[in-house]
Amino acid sequence: MSLKIVVVGNGMVGHKLLEQLADQPGVDITVLCEEPRPAYDRVHLSEYFSGKSAEDLSLVAPGFFDNPAIALKLNAKAVAIDTAGKVVTTADGERIAYDKLVLATGSYPFVPPVPGRDRPGCLVYRTIEDLEAMTQWGAKSRVGVVIGGGLLGLECAKALKDMGLATHVVEFAPRLMTVQVDDMGGKLLRRKIEALGVTVHTQKNTTEIVDGAGMGVGGRHKMVFADGSVLETDMVVFSAGIRPRDELARSGGLKMGERGGIVVDNFCRTSDPNVYAIGECALWEGRIFGLVAPGYDMARTVAAHLSQSRVANPESRVPAFEGADMSTRLKLLGVDVASIGDAQGATPGSLNYLFSDEVAGHYKKLVVSSDKKTLLGAVLVGEANDYGSLLQLALNRIPLPEHPEDLILPAREGGSKGGIGVDLLPDAAMICSCNNVTKGALCGAIGEGATTIGAIKKCTKAATSCGGCGPLVKQVLDAELKKAGVTVLNHLCEHFAHSRQEMFHLIKVGQLKTFDAVLLAHGKGRGCDICKPAVGSILASAWNEHVLKPKHQSVQDTNDYYLANLQKDGTYSVVPRIPGGEITPEKLIVIGRVAQRFNLYTKITGGQRIDLFGARVEQLPLIWKDLVDAGFESGHAYGKALRTVKSCVGSTWCRYGVQDSVHMAIRIEERYRGLRSPHKIKMAVSGCTRECAEAQGKDVGVIATEKGWNLYVGGNGGMKPRHADLLATDLDDETLIRYIDRFLMLYIRTGDRLQRTSTWMDNIEGGLDYVKKAVCEDSLGIAGELEIEMQKLVDTYECEWKKAINTPETLKRFRHFVNSQEPDQNIQFVDERGQIRPLSRLEKKLEENA
Amino acid sequence: MTHAPKWTYVCRLDDIVPNAGVCAKVGDKQVAVFRLVSPAGEEEGIYAIDNHDPRSGANVLSRGIVGDVSGEIVVASPVYKNHFCLRSGRCLEDDVWSVAPYPVRVSEDGMILVKEA
Ligand code: SRM
Ligand SMILES: Cc1cc2nc3c(=O)[nH]c(=O)nc-3n(C[C@H](O)[C@H](O)[C@H](O)COP(=O)(O)OP(=O)(O)OC[C@H]3O[C@@H](n4cnc5c(N)ncnc54)[C@H](O)[C@@H]3O)c2cc1C
Ligand code: SF4
Ligand code: FES
Repeated sequence: MSLKIVVVGNGMVGHKLLEQLADQPGVDITVLCEEPRPAYDRVHLSEYFSGKSAEDLSLVAPGFFDNPAIALKLNAKAVAIDTAGKVVTTADGERIAYDKLVLATGSYPFVPPVPGRDRPGCLVYRTIEDLEAMTQWGAKSRVGVVIGGGLLGLECAKALKDMGLATHVVEFAPRLMTVQVDDMGGKLLRRKIEALGVTVHTQKNTTEIVDGAGMGVGGRHKMVFADGSVLETDMVVFSAGIRPRDELARSGGLKMGERGGIVVDNFCRTSDPNVYAIGECALWEGRIFGLVAPGYDMARTVAAHLSQSRVANPESRVPAFEGADMSTRLKLLGVDVASIGDAQGATPGSLNYLFSDEVAGHYKKLVVSSDKKTLLGAVLVGEANDYGSLLQLALNRIPLPEHPEDLILPAREGGSKGGIGVDLLPDAAMICSCNNVTKGALCGAIGEGATTIGAIKKCTKAATSCGGCGPLVKQVLDAELKKAGVTVLNHLCEHFAHSRQEMFHLIKVGQLKTFDAVLLAHGKGRGCDICKPAVGSILASAWNEHVLKPKHQSVQDTNDYYLANLQKDGTYSVVPRIPGGEITPEKLIVIGRVAQRFNLYTKITGGQRIDLFGARVEQLPLIWKDLVDAGFESGHAYGKALRTVKSCVGSTWCRYGVQDSVHMAIRIEERYRGLRSPHKIKMAVSGCTRECAEAQGKDVGVIATEKGWNLYVGGNGGMKPRHADLLATDLDDETLIRYIDRFLMLYIRTGDRLQRTSTWMDNIEGGLDYVKKAVCEDSLGIAGELEIEMQKLVDTYECEWKKAINTPETLKRFRHFVNSQEPDQNIQFVDERGQIRPLSRLEKKLEENA
Repeated sequence: MTHAPKWTYVCRLDDIVPNAGVCAKVGDKQVAVFRLVSPAGEEEGIYAIDNHDPRSGANVLSRGIVGDVSGEIVVASPVYKNHFCLRSGRCLEDDVWSVAPYPVRVSEDGMILVKEA
């Protein structure tokens, strides 16, 4: 006889139990699920608003319910339990007998008993149906209020805000997130959230909700508060806490907590030995855990206990549920917030360290034991990168460094941060609490060959739920690889066991002209999206063949393939070259006309030129025909190539200028336009030392002096800014150009894939000195060769767009469908500030629903 | 009422550049159709999956780079570079982003047909 198990509730925790039981022999499981669909991911519920569908959120593996041992009943609510007869009754009157019953009924959103709370448009936030209702109301609202400033309330506020509503958060307590953060943290959080345009009202007790004055949109409801103030709104979402769903358990006479919740022991057994309760409906040592990880632990305990139910005293063989850590790290409305352990400092004798940086908007607090030896809790607001390490310190009671404050003080120049090395962690340290992965398990997986984050995620599931443990998982991986003596290879990818520099050499020496030839000679497999564009770029630098030639077509990134920059909605942007930022009024008018004709969004870029956005593939050649006819050329914004040569106005107009910077910038831009390289190249020319063109932030920067030009190289803005290094001073025009030729060609020959000149300079052996000698003193004896190579590239330049619009074969690719003239209907725009912008995914969804 | 799924003409084999894709309208679906050719020049089959990239929400998979990851034939989305297995539509980075594969047929005179799912 198989063991008859009935599970009530197919939520996150109920489903985890099913997964644990699925391949146990001798069980016969019936699942009663009140909702119309099986288990889905409530933790990521709000991603529904950013485009995920109900199917995307499903937790059910394909084919899971084909298992003959599991019978799933949807829309089946259990209404009564007869513990004596061991029978559950459903709302349809069906009676189902059990040997063992598991209650996984979760919780429901608490709605305070405020008169008017049932008005249409007053909603809650827990199920997919709730979200559907929110989207529908959102579409016809301008103002939205969330009641409750806790973790869920703030998440909900983000959803309202993303729907474009004027959003308010109303909180009863004096601060936001009372449970997780302290007063100062709450204050900073509030400031940050208000800066995002969400209005926060604290210490507001709602007494009733009545008709609003603004009939219709803008003021459907009026909320009245105890202090006499009022707030008009179109929709209200209650997020004032959760309450366990224990009504079913009550019907069976099971023991309840004073304020609700089904009382369970360390094996999640209720007062009836044949009935278990797990997840948010269960009350363990007087506590309800409102997070998913403790629920999963309970599910694992019950599954183990059930599997031993035929042996005597299973308790001795099954790990008990031991409570759970409630630490959390979240991004609320884009603000990092984390709370660890005893965040409020409730432990007697505990001491606090506080750090607050009102300029950067960071607040950090450590709660340590009276002897300063162990970390008891922490609060982080605004920046929570150290969450993982601090959590480990607290959980594993690792002795604190001598100055615990170093853990939250920002690292200063030269000093290193007193954080913990992952090596200090014991193997039992829980790294990923969502998926129960310890440091030992990670190391095991790494030892067995999972040597990338992707592989680790796949085989251990670590870092695949909330993601909070991601940085720590990476640290463990790096530390283990280092221990194993693994050196990180600079191979291009799995298809080529060579660095980019070696590839450049092999291609040149072997006179290889196509990707297939390179692959046959030096690679294996078919290639991929990493090596194909990299080899394509080397072929272009080496032979300067048109990237559009059919034989090079399939190795180009979409940007190079369509000679335009792909945008998030599948449209492209168009950037004509404007050398040195100088443009005639006539040409400005042409750009304006083209933008009008094709209804494109226009913006001045950070590179002194104009970007036209929102072009569909089939429009690109038509747009470029107009531009080329008016004398414009491709700006190569799409390529790993020369971008812009920024220039200041220079000595022609400026009272301080000492050289004609515009003239030099145009000369340089026209010389190197179209040049393909390991990464993009940016340049600038300033007319005097005041440096208005920001040349020291560019790959190649030129600054005028009384006697000529100073040449700087290796500058970078962007993610990791780097000041350029001075390479040579007071150069005349011709020497300047010669030096730039040599510098660029050296970089193209030896740079790594996607390595800007800044990182190349930082990594090249011998550093600045080596480059200086090679360029200015010809220490390598190849200066002449480099100059000739560059001159060849300059001489063979042609405008890719001019060529494209005159090549019928190439034009064929500029259509969306191969078998229809229709455009892509998924591309949709609205007006904003007088121009188009793409509809967001949420807006598209709202339109479908309307 | 159900319709028998029908085959839709996409284009001729040589309308697709080797190891590249095109987008076809098949019923009311957008389908990305790829032609695989070995480095030595042998035809290695036609594959079809959804053109819609669930991660970005844009209809662009036909514009991705074709290649292999550990031997599995894939296309990389041009937007966020996640990889889709051309045989099954499975997304290697996260199953959540997987798309549908479509049956393909090449007639003797080189016409490519895709069957509506
Ligand atoms: C349009 C523009 C922003 C604007 O509206 O002003 C822009 C837009 C993009 N930038 Fe930029 N960057 C633009 C100026 C800059 C600047 C300022 C400058 O050049 O003076 C910088 C910092 C300077 C620098 O690069 O050193 C800049 C640093 C980046 C970076 C970081 C590079 C780095 O080394 O850290 C990236 C990412 C990358 O290249 O990997 C990037 C990447 C991008 C991409 C290509 C991202 C993408 O793949 O979609 C954007 C698409 C452009 C498009 O669709 O047309 N963009 N980007 C600017 C175009 C300038 C132009 O006329 O070509
Ligand atoms: C928007 C949102 C964001 C969240 N974010 C996080 C987060 O970041 N981190 C975190 O750890 N947790 C988060 N949570 C909490 C987490 O979702 C819950 O802890 C988890 O879902 C609890 O699982 P459960 O199975 O106990 O309950 P549930 O998932 O609620 O499942 C209970 C199921 O039982 C069904 N049921 C109830 N009674 C009956 C009955 N009588 N008959 C049949 N079926 C019944 C219900 O319909 C429901 O489907 C979030 C919750 C929400 C709503
Ligand atoms: S860099 Fe010099 S010349 Fe150029 S604008 Fe500034 S002050 Fe004038
Ligand atoms: S801790 Fe949440 S995914 Fe690892």
